[in-house]
Amino acid sequence: MQFLRTVLTIARKDLVIEARSRELAYTTLFFAISVVLVFSFSFVVEGVALTDAAAGILWVAIAFAGTLALGRTFERERQADTLKALLLSPVERPAIYLGKLVGLLLLMTVVEALIVPVVGLLFQAPLGRAPWLLTGLLAAGTLGFAAVGTLFAAMLIRAHSRDVLLPVVLYPITVPLVIAGVRGTASIFAAEPNLAMAQAWLSMLVFFDAVFLTLALWVFGPVMSE
Amino acid sequence: MVSVDDVSRNYGRRRALARVTLQAARGEVLGLFGPNGAGKSTLISVLSTLLRPSSGRVRYGTHTADGAGDALRGHIGVLGHDLFLYGDLSARENLAFFGRLYGLDDLDARVTDALRLARLSDRADDRAGSFSRGLRQRLALERALLHQPRLVLLDEPFTGLDDDSALVLIERLRSLRERGTIVVMATHDFDTAEAVVDRAICVDRGRAWPVAAGAGTLRERYRRTLKERG
Repeated sequence: MQFLRTVLTIARKDLVIEARSRELAYTTLFFAISVVLVFSFSFVVEGVALTDAAAGILWVAIAFAGTLALGRTFERERQADTLKALLLSPVERPAIYLGKLVGLLLLMTVVEALIVPVVGLLFQAPLGRAPWLLTGLLAAGTLGFAAVGTLFAAMLIRAHSRDVLLPVVLYPITVPLVIAGVRGTASIFAAEPNLAMAQAWLSMLVFFDAVFLTLALWVFGPVMSE
Repeated sequence: MVSVDDVSRNYGRRRALARVTLQAARGEVLGLFGPNGAGKSTLISVLSTLLRPSSGRVRYGTHTADGAGDALRGHIGVLGHDLFLYGDLSARENLAFFGRLYGLDDLDARVTDALRLARLSDRADDRAGSFSRGLRQRLALERALLHQPRLVLLDEPFTGLDDDSALVLIERLRSLRERGTIVVMATHDFDTAEAVVDRAICVDRGRAWPVAAGAGTLRERYRRTLKERG
């Protein structure tokens, strides 16, 4: 119970800070919409989007916006060395990790809730075709991306080149997640949708989530001990 | 009793602490003095359990950091050189947040009391980021003491404090001593610290020695120790 309380306390703190500054929400949203808008000029010709472009651009926007949010979230913990204060408190280290993860997930959910309709609008993507499956793909993909990203962002907090290093270490590991997300979403958006295939990609994402989350919870304590 | 037995700590090839041995008893205020980069902050980090010694052992009563884990950290209060405060949260919210992490009962009353001791009751709902360094230092000290730790580690606690606030801090440290709290304090402020330090340790190039006893002020005895050992 104390574990869950700690997770919620840390996540709520992050959300209160974000609600006041709105720094992350505005920057990530502006960045994600810019990405989608710029790509729409290349991949939508005479009102018709290229095959699978919507799925790819949606996930690129999520990955880039997520990286931006990760960096800034942990920059806040670095400014007055508050991550050290969290590590000094008598709470289990995985609870700190999960608290940061939940805060980030909620922020990314807000961003996705706004960019998915924009992608639908600009690329004529059929968002209503299998809404629950699409939601599942987005949720599972975002969870996996944020799970790995939260771990790396925390590990890199003291590195001088953290802003450069984060995408360098994050993208190679999350490539399978992004590919699964793109293929699953493309299976829904295709002219001849294959929902069974989308479900298979969703299963793969859930598998990745389980692996990444387990590993991150396992290693967060030891890697933050030094 | 906290005892540091033959502790060394390396950062790569650089040795920050070299076979340091010292003890601090219940109700003792121990002062760590030394030049910049001497190893004082590293020693504080080792005592706080944030850093593991490369060799040697730190004992907290009958416990070690590895053995006692999370529960041990609940008895340690740390005021770092960075103040561990969220600038976007108010003074009250900062204290309440850390109080929840420490699982404190009667949190509202404790927070109100801490704000009074920090003399920030009238600015309790102002953002910590809007405070001067001295005000943040006072708030950070009460944050570190909110859970009534048995071991208090202070890294440059007098930084940014005006004369009046420094005197209040000294009184606060005296009250901690009377309560039986162990205080380990790293500082360059000899004149202020002399009023409260029971025992002074000189830290230089990772090594630690007792500051020589005898005549003279703490600063004079420290310089004499440094010269003899240098």
